[in-house]
Amino acid sequence: MSFGPHLFLALLEGTVSAFVLALIALGLSLVFGVMRIVNVAHGEFYMLGAVLAWVCADAVGTPVAGFMIALVAAPLAVGALALAADRWVLRRIDYHPESTIVATIGLLYMIQQAVLMLYGPDARPVTPPVYFVVQFPWFGYSGYKLVVAGVSALLLVATWLLVTRTRLGLYMRAAQQDLEMAQAFGVPARRVYALVFTLGAMLAAAAGVLIVPIEQAHYLMGLDPLLLSFIVVIIGGLGSLRGTLVAAFAVGLSDGIVSVFFSPTLAKIVATLLVAAVLVVRPGGLFGEERA
Amino acid sequence: MQEDLKDFPLLARRGFTRRRTLQSLGAIAGASLLGGPTRGFGQAKPIRIGFQVHRTGIGATYGRWFERTTAAAVKQINAKGGIGGRPIEIVAEDDGTDPKRGPEVVEKLARQHKVDFVYGTLFSHVVIASAPRAGELKIPYFVVSEGYHVASGKMNRYCFQPGITDVRAQVTAVGSWILGKLGKKVTMIFPDYAFGYDHRDYFSQAAEKHGGRVLEKLAIPPAERSFTKYFARVPADTEVLYHVMVGPGVLTFVKEMGEHFGKKRPQIFGFIDSLEGVDMASPGLEYLDGTYFWEAFPRYTQGNEPGYVKEYRKLVGVNDAGASLADPKDVSTFSHMFGCWETLHVIKQAVEKSGYKDPAPADYKKLIEALEAMKEFPAGLAHPQGAKRFDGRLHQCYGHQNISRVEGKKLKVVHRTKIEDGLYPPEGDYTKQPL
Amino acid sequence: MSTSRKVLALHLGVLAALFLLQFVLPAYHHTNAARIMVLAAYAAGYNVLLGYTGLMSLGHAMFFAAGMYGAGLPVYYLGLGAPAAFGIGIAAGTALALVFGLMALRTSGPSFLIVSMMFGQALYLATLYFNDVTLGDQGFIVSDKLAPLALGDAALGFHEPAVKYNLALLLFAASLAATLALRLSAIGRVLVGIRGNEERTRLLGYDSFRYKLGSLAVSGALSAAAGAGYALLFSYVGSTFASILFSIYPLLWALLGGIGTILGPLVGTALMFYLVDTVSGVTSSYLLFVGAALVALILWFPQGILGTLRNRWLPWLP
Repeated sequence: MSFGPHLFLALLEGTVSAFVLALIALGLSLVFGVMRIVNVAHGEFYMLGAVLAWVCADAVGTPVAGFMIALVAAPLAVGALALAADRWVLRRIDYHPESTIVATIGLLYMIQQAVLMLYGPDARPVTPPVYFVVQFPWFGYSGYKLVVAGVSALLLVATWLLVTRTRLGLYMRAAQQDLEMAQAFGVPARRVYALVFTLGAMLAAAAGVLIVPIEQAHYLMGLDPLLLSFIVVIIGGLGSLRGTLVAAFAVGLSDGIVSVFFSPTLAKIVATLLVAAVLVVRPGGLFGEERA
Repeated sequence: MQEDLKDFPLLARRGFTRRRTLQSLGAIAGASLLGGPTRGFGQAKPIRIGFQVHRTGIGATYGRWFERTTAAAVKQINAKGGIGGRPIEIVAEDDGTDPKRGPEVVEKLARQHKVDFVYGTLFSHVVIASAPRAGELKIPYFVVSEGYHVASGKMNRYCFQPGITDVRAQVTAVGSWILGKLGKKVTMIFPDYAFGYDHRDYFSQAAEKHGGRVLEKLAIPPAERSFTKYFARVPADTEVLYHVMVGPGVLTFVKEMGEHFGKKRPQIFGFIDSLEGVDMASPGLEYLDGTYFWEAFPRYTQGNEPGYVKEYRKLVGVNDAGASLADPKDVSTFSHMFGCWETLHVIKQAVEKSGYKDPAPADYKKLIEALEAMKEFPAGLAHPQGAKRFDGRLHQCYGHQNISRVEGKKLKVVHRTKIEDGLYPPEGDYTKQPL
Repeated sequence: MSTSRKVLALHLGVLAALFLLQFVLPAYHHTNAARIMVLAAYAAGYNVLLGYTGLMSLGHAMFFAAGMYGAGLPVYYLGLGAPAAFGIGIAAGTALALVFGLMALRTSGPSFLIVSMMFGQALYLATLYFNDVTLGDQGFIVSDKLAPLALGDAALGFHEPAVKYNLALLLFAASLAATLALRLSAIGRVLVGIRGNEERTRLLGYDSFRYKLGSLAVSGALSAAAGAGYALLFSYVGSTFASILFSIYPLLWALLGGIGTILGPLVGTALMFYLVDTVSGVTSSYLLFVGAALVALILWFPQGILGTLRNRWLPWLP
C-alpha cells in the first residue's frame, strides 16, 4: 500500500486507540491525582468490564440488547467491586502509597485468577451491536471501531462535566490540591476517595465493554492497557486531566503511526524511553504541577 | 449484519454455571491423580508418570485438553492391562506456562513425587527452560510440543518427542504443496518468537527449494491485540498469505483481515494452531471460507476415517465437529492433543520392550536405548493420527500432515502429505551423548 | 551481649544454619534452597534501595536481567568461564544502575516508580527486539557450554548439587555481608536519614543525590549478581526474567520479610517460594491464594514478618 493511504490507516488506528486509551488512563489519572496512589489492579477492572460484557451478551442473546445492558451493568458491577476494595482494604491501610501498591498487586492476582477459574483461559468474542465496513478506496475499515471512538468521546465529555461542573468534581479537585485544607472546609475526604476510586474503575470497565467486540475477552488482557495508561498518565502529568487527554492522544497517535511503519516492539521501546525522558526533564509530567 | 438468535445457542444459564462451578471445584482439587482406578492390578506397582501441564497461563486451553486426553489414554491403557501389567498413575503439576516455574516442576515431580518419567510440556520456551534440569536429574523427559527443539539436537539425551511431528517437518511438508498449488509469491505473518521463527526460517528454505519467493516477513509481538497495521504492510502482489497466529488475538486477526482485504484477497494458508479451541462457526470467522489450513489431525470427521480413529474420538470425548461431547461449545485442540495419547502409548511400548522396572540409571539406559532403536509406529488405536517414522538419533517422530479447506464453516481435507515430504537433513545425534 | 555482638552472632548463625541445612535437606528441597538463596540475594539488593533509601522501584528486573544476560551471553557465544562471566554480569548491572540513576534520580515517589517501570519495560522489550542475539523469550541454555570451576585440583561441575548449593550460599552470604556492612556504616545511616526525611538530610549538608546514586549502584550490583548467579547455576536465560513480574517479585519478597531489615529478604523469598509450591500442590489457581495472602499481609503485617518482630520484641534487629 502506498504511503498516503498507509498514513491514513495509521491515523485511523491511532485515533481509535487514543480514545480508548484516554478512557482507561482517565480513571487511573483521577485516582492518582486525588488519592495519590498507584492502583496496579486498574487493568483488571478493564478486563472485568470486557469479561462481564461477554457474560451479558451470552446470557441475553441478541447482540444489541446484550451489549447495551453490558454497557450499563458491567461498570456498575466493577464499580461495586472497587467500592468494596476501597472500604475493606485501601481505607484500612490508610492509602499509604507502598502498602497500596502491594495491596493492589494482591487484588490483581485475585481478580485475574478468579476470572480464570470461572470464565476460563479462552479468549471469547462478543458480536458488536452494530457492524459495518467502511470501504475506502484502498482498504476496508471496521465501522464499529469508529463508533467506539465516538462513544469514548462522549464518556470523556461526561467525565469532564462531572469534574468541572458538579459538587463531587469540586470536592475532587479540592482534595487533590490540598487535602487538609479541603477537609477543613468540610469536604468529606473518605467519601470522595471512595467515589473517585469507584469512578476510575467504572471508566476502565466501560472501556473494556467498548473494546471487547473489537478484541476478545481474555483473562490476561489487563496488563498491556495498564502499562500504556501509566505512560499516558505520567507524560500528561500526575493528576492533570487535560494532560492525560493530551498525552493519550499523543501516545495513541504516535504509537499508531510508528507501529504501522515500524516494528511495534520498537515503537514500544521508543515510547517507554520517551516517557522516561519527559519525566527527567519535567518531573511533574508535561502538565502536572512540579511536585517533589 | 445482525446475527440471528439461533446463532447464539443459548447455553442454559444453569448449565453454564454448573459446568463452570464443577470445573472450578475440579481446579481446586488440584495436583490430581488422573486416569481412573488402579485397583484390579493386584500387587503390581504403578508406573508413575509426572505430567508437567499448562493449567494456567497462556497455554491453559491446550493444558485443559492435554489433561483430558491424558486421562482418556491412561484409562484405555489401564483397561487393557496397563504397562506390562502395571497400572499408569499420573501425577500432574501446573507449570503456569512459565519458563521459570518449568524446571521447578520437573524438580518437584522427579525428586518429591519420585515419578518414573516426566511428560507433557507444550510451549517451546518452557520446554527449553525445563529440559536441562531433566537432563541433570537424569530422568526421561517426553515433550509433546511440535517445537523443533528436540529434533535440533540441542536438548539432551533424556528428551524425546515421539508423539507429535515437529514444526520444521510440518512446514517442509506443506511448503511444497503451497508453492505448487497456491502461488509462488508469499507473504508470511508469524508470532515474533521461537515458534514463529521456525515457520519463518523453514518455509523460506522450502520456498527457495521450490522456486518461490517470500516477499515480506511480518513478525507480530505475542501480546498484540490489533492487526490492521500489519495487513497494511502486505505487498500488493502477494499471491499467498501464510499465517500462523497464536494467542487470544486470533478472532480479531481474522476479522481485521477480512475488513482489510475484502473481496480482493490473495490465497490464504494458515495453521490450525491459530484456531485450536475456537469454533470455526464463530461469528467473525466467515471470512475464512475458501482458505486453507494445515491440520495435524482433521478436526471434523471426513466420513472415511478408519475404525480406530472413530474409537479414539469417542474415547477422548469429542464429537464429529471436534468439540466436547459433553459441551459442543467446548472446541478441542485436536491437532495437538493426540500427541499426549500417542506419547503415552510409546512409553508403554518402550517400557515393555526394554524391561524397564524402576527409576534407576541401568533401567533408564535400557529404556532410552530401546527408544532409540525404534523405527516405526504403525497407524492404529495407539497412533490414531497416522503412521509415524521415528528417528532414534534425533529422538523425534515424523508423520503425515493434512491440508484442509474451509467450506461451509467446516474443514475438509484436500491433501495428505507423505512422511517423506517433511524430512530434512539431521542436525544432531543424541546417541553419541553419554547418559 | 552488646548490640553489635548480638547482630553479628545472629547473622553468622543464620549463615551457619544455612550451611548445615544442606546435609539434612531431602533432595527436592535441596535445589529449592539453592534457588531461594540466589533469589534472596536479589531481594536483598532491592531492599537496599527500598528499605534503606526509601525509593520504591518497579523496574529492578532490568538489573537482574543485566546480570543474567551479562553472564549468560559470553558463556553461550564465547565459552567464557564462570568467574569472568559473573564479573561481567555484575559490571553490566552496576553500569546500568549508574546510567539509570543519573537520569531518573531527579524524580521521586510515584514518578520514580513509573520511570523505573518504564526503563524495566524498555529493557524487556529490547531483549525481545534483539532476539537474534538474546534468543528472546525462548531463551537459551548455558549448562552445556559452561566449563566446571577449577578449585585447586578439583573440577566443580555446576550440575552437582553440592556445588550449586554452596555457590548459592556464597552469593547470599556476600550479599548479606554487603547489606549489613552498609547498614551499619556511616553511609548507611545517611541513607536511613534520606529515607526518613530527605530535605532535612540535605540541610545537614549531605549531597543526597550522590548517596542515592551510590545506593542505587549497590542495589543494581547486588541484583545483577543474583541474576548472573541464577544464569550460571540454573542454566536458563530468557526474556521472562526481564518482565515486569520479575520486578514485582523482589518487592513482594522484601515486603513480606520486612523491608528495612537485613534478614527480611531471605524470610520473604523462602516463604513465598513455599507458599506458591504448597498451594499449587493443592489447587491450580495458586495465584489466587498468593494474592489473598498479599492483601492479608499488608492489612495486618505491613511491616513484614521481621519488621513486626522488630517492633514488638527485638528493637536491635538491623
